[in-house]
Amino acid sequence: MNNGGARRMNGGGEEDDDEDYVNGDLDAWERTYTDERSWESLQEDESGLLRPIDNKALYHSQYRRRLRSLSSTATAARIQKGLIRYLYLVIDLSRAASETDFRPSRIVVIAKHVEAFIREFFDQNPLSQVGLLTIKDGVAQCLTDLGGSPESHIKALMNKLECSGDSSLQNALDLVDGYLNQIPSYGHREVLILYSALSTCDPGDIMETIQKCKKSKIRCSVIGLAAEMFICKHLCQETGGTYSVALDESHFKELILEHAPPPPAIAEFATANLIKMGFPQRAAEGSISICSCHKEAKVGAGYTCPRCKARVCELPTECCICGLTLVSSPHLARSYHHLFPIAPFDEVPPFSLNDPNHKLQRNCFGCQQSLLNPGNKPGLLVVCPKCKGYFCLDCDIYIHESLHNCPGCDSFRHSKADKE
Amino acid sequence: MASAPSKLYADDVSLVVVLVDTNPFFWSASSLSFSQFLSHVLAFLNAILTLNQLNQVVVIATGYNSCNYIFDSSSDLNQSFENGRMPVMCSSLLQKLEEFLIKDEQLSKEVPEGRIKSSLLSGSLSMALCYIQRVFRSGALHPHPRILCLQGSPDGPEQYVAIMNAIFSAQRSMVPIDSCYMGAQNSAFLQQASYITGGVHHKPQHLDGLFQYLMTIFATDLHSRSFLHLPKPVGVDFRASKFYYLLNFGGSFILGNFCFILDIAQLPCFIYKQ
Repeated sequence: MNNGGARRMNGGGEEDDDEDYVNGDLDAWERTYTDERSWESLQEDESGLLRPIDNKALYHSQYRRRLRSLSSTATAARIQKGLIRYLYLVIDLSRAASETDFRPSRIVVIAKHVEAFIREFFDQNPLSQVGLLTIKDGVAQCLTDLGGSPESHIKALMNKLECSGDSSLQNALDLVDGYLNQIPSYGHREVLILYSALSTCDPGDIMETIQKCKKSKIRCSVIGLAAEMFICKHLCQETGGTYSVALDESHFKELILEHAPPPPAIAEFATANLIKMGFPQRAAEGSISICSCHKEAKVGAGYTCPRCKARVCELPTECCICGLTLVSSPHLARSYHHLFPIAPFDEVPPFSLNDPNHKLQRNCFGCQQSLLNPGNKPGLLVVCPKCKGYFCLDCDIYIHESLHNCPGCDSFRHSKADKE
Repeated sequence: MASAPSKLYADDVSLVVVLVDTNPFFWSASSLSFSQFLSHVLAFLNAILTLNQLNQVVVIATGYNSCNYIFDSSSDLNQSFENGRMPVMCSSLLQKLEEFLIKDEQLSKEVPEGRIKSSLLSGSLSMALCYIQRVFRSGALHPHPRILCLQGSPDGPEQYVAIMNAIFSAQRSMVPIDSCYMGAQNSAFLQQASYITGGVHHKPQHLDGLFQYLMTIFATDLHSRSFLHLPKPVGVDFRASKFYYLLNFGGSFILGNFCFILDIAQLPCFIYKQ
């Protein structure tokens, strides 16, 4: 592969000692420069002087691009999102996953980011469940069943990271199809395949399997680590998922975390359903009861199912006795910001910065940071379309990615528009 | 760019963002008068600044019609020293508070009767969190931030989603939200906030001893709390114990609970309660 070849020419005798950093010809600090050539991102202006790299504006423009691509898909009147998701993560453990073009190897990078993804996934979708599948030696196996506890998935994954053999896309899809057909119809069925190989060894006709997945309404997405493959692209197009290929580790992290927020629901498949859920009371301190998940007596600190009065240890979960989904209101509240998103802020065009209204607000409304650069020149800022408050770029990113409230809109009972 | 003096931030340096409820509907009916309350709070803020020279205090007023920053102990205007390096902050704080109250009253409009007279807690919480994010961005050395809500107004159900968003964001950034509730009923929002973020919630029994409650419960820094016996949450009210049927409307999820029943006209769904 070209990438490895270029590094061989740079590193001299380093190629043989890829795995053995202690005895490499280069020092550790030299090795970092062979990978990231940071001098390539410098730019010169017209007179040949170096242009300073404005990281903050770069980061903000990346964030704006992301937001624009998200909001362009949501401009339809009411975008429905799948909030109860059943997601299977398929991890390719074929020998291609032990390639070292991602440092230290593809599978280590995958495992690290899968752990971060699982935590982020449960943070954004507390009512959903995840299962793990692996493909090794041409066979797909289930690593963990669908469950709502992040720790059990992460622990199971970290134990089994050996790679060997071929990869088989059809076996994985068949297995996933079998598992996902058993879940109730109100849940959204998804598969995310992390594919390192460039080939697939299938026992039958994979096109049939793809059609089967499409009929079962399973949304398959693939993140490739090697190169673009037609079969992955076809699979994603047929089932309505997204296909992307990671260029490097940070790009891979970005791509996998894009799957954490709920995707837009496939409109023609969505049906209106009533789902019964229970909100358990916390058991009284000091009460002794037999816990239904561990089958042993426990003291206090649990929850009682409102229908069958069985004791469960943690929420959200499904009651083992009567099958009722048990949640607490904060779990549902975590998903509200998907249903009530705030409008993206508008960038302030430079020509309006001299207009008298701007001079009144010299500090960011959220964090009180000065909006003026040294020398009283206006810096980069954004404005909320509803409350017309000015915000700095960092607050813009924080508000839209984590907080989901506009401080300006929430700080005025009667909107400013009423007064104009 | 001025170079920051090198500071060694020990574990017990705190940044306390205090959200002060100035809702006139509450204070006009409270047994503790607003001026007495302010004297307790000012003594408490001075005490925090005395506990450690590097401690910082920021005050945000939670009004009925608006919210705004009132005081920031780290800003240059407040660094005047007098009598043994004790910062003089009371006069500037009171002056800005008075300006805020006048402006807040001017923003008033006709309010239909029967509405719950709540203050804009979600707004001041959001502003506090943005300020704390700025502190996190300032580098590796910074004081440990926490939020203290001094609230008396009842919970406003229309703010439920915004307050929950703020609580989850605080939980992710590991910022505890302490709350001292001085109203008549219980505040479910503040109990949940303190429970979820790992802060302390307390409803003082005797409001004329408010300073003592503030000093013994809310003044300690986060590191030292592990050595102290602070009020624990007893049966947080998550509005559990009832069944609700949730309508899965075309794949999206709309929940009806006690808060949304007020806004039911906006939601294209029906809620059935058993």
